Amino acid sequence: MSMPYYVAPEQAMTDRADFARKGIAKGRALVALRYEHGIVLVAENTSQSLRKVSEIYDRIAFAGVGKYNEFDQLRVAGIRSAELTGYQYSRDDVDARGLANDYAQLLGNAFTHGMKPMEVEILVAEVGVEGSHDDQIFHIMYDGTVIDRPDTCALGGESDAISNRLSSGFAEGFSLVDAIRLGVSSLSGDGRAIPADSLEIAILERNGERRCFSRVEASEVEAALQE
Amino acid sequence: MVMPVFQPGDDPGTDFPMLLQRAGYGPVDLPSGTTIDTPHATTCVAVRFDNGVVMAGDRRATSGHLISHRTMEKVVQADRHSGVAIAGAAGPAIDMIRLFQVQLEYYEKVQGSALSLEGKANQLASMVRANVPAAMQGMGVVPIFAGFDVRRSIGRLWAYDMLGGRYEEREHVATGSGSLHASTVMKVGYRSDLTRDDAVELVTRSLWEAADADSATGGPDMVRGIYPVVATIDNDGWSLVGDDELGDRYRSLIEQMGGSTS
Repeated sequence: MSMPYYVAPEQAMTDRADFARKGIAKGRALVALRYEHGIVLVAENTSQSLRKVSEIYDRIAFAGVGKYNEFDQLRVAGIRSAELTGYQYSRDDVDARGLANDYAQLLGNAFTHGMKPMEVEILVAEVGVEGSHDDQIFHIMYDGTVIDRPDTCALGGESDAISNRLSSGFAEGFSLVDAIRLGVSSLSGDGRAIPADSLEIAILERNGERRCFSRVEASEVEAALQE
Repeated sequence: MVMPVFQPGDDPGTDFPMLLQRAGYGPVDLPSGTTIDTPHATTCVAVRFDNGVVMAGDRRATSGHLISHRTMEKVVQADRHSGVAIAGAAGPAIDMIRLFQVQLEYYEKVQGSALSLEGKANQLASMVRANVPAAMQGMGVVPIFAGFDVRRSIGRLWAYDMLGGRYEEREHVATGSGSLHASTVMKVGYRSDLTRDDAVELVTRSLWEAADADSATGGPDMVRGIYPVVATIDNDGWSLVGDDELGDRYRSLIEQMGGSTS
């Protein structure tokens, strides 16, 4: 009987992390940032129908980068978890923190025990009822690490550079147009323009309605990007 | 809560009631042969007008000869462009509406696009069908579904029977114990060119006559300021008719009949 080769745990984890990171870096990045009425999510996405940003619940949005089928599976699991909690208890009992923790369990489990780690990074954002001090953005990594981002968040390939541009340009109380411009310029960097039809932008807006999520139409994006 | 993740081929898809069952919240099994006396909700109506539909329902729920609720809302919004009204056993009916609302939104989010209006009508039919065992024990639910079909730009109406039979109607529908009287009023007053105001007038009148002849249907309660729930659905979506407007309509109705409201 042949014995499997011994692999040091450190080496195994590094290999898995490298594998996941490589998969994630292949795709285009996305950012989220707060603005005066809530949170705006800006993704670079050449597809008009395969979404990276979507609605989870009344005040909660989801965004993912990396392998589409994997983050889409997580998106649906999030909707299911939220709807089950809301139906069993109350719509008020669904929150982003709980969802982020559940996602972290799922991703962490796949990272250590699965055949392969999931090649995704995801974001769960919740717009507060009272005001911007209640807004929450959680960044969940391929290995289950959860990071609570107070103002801005960048996911995907080159996220360090994007994150620097984003946080240095961020200011409290941005208008939606300013927030979209910063998001897009952070994604593109210098010397590259992203056309409006390769952008997927959605907002979580404190608008007094039950459902806060809405997509920003291509024409509005076009208008916002024009000086 | 553990995140619900399923293997391909074993996935409940866009079906929220199925997901509930899989998560362990299935329907309650009632011992056969028993009937339970539970509050019942009664009369609801809906009528088409030139660019939409009006739905209306009285506010009374009864347990036998007792009035168990005076402020029940039997006409509720299902989603942006549709509404549902119920008659029958109040508890199961309220639960059915809640499940229906969740299911429409759940489908929209999971699938990325909303169900068609006809798809929603069929979805409700399958929920009524799932309630048949309870209906055999005196807890039937008979809804009305109405909405604005944004693909065809018309208002549409559906009536149901207790077994989940689904019937699209062209003019008006009514359900509940006062439906015979309410239907007659609408049948006499219906025209193909009704405006929104005409349609609101017709449904308030039909509920008045139903309450006049059927003890389980509540009339407008001027003393407490409780009026029927009346809503319109058109291209701009669902909109409740305010109590001010309903109060004025009922006062003028009473005056027409020679009564006094002062």
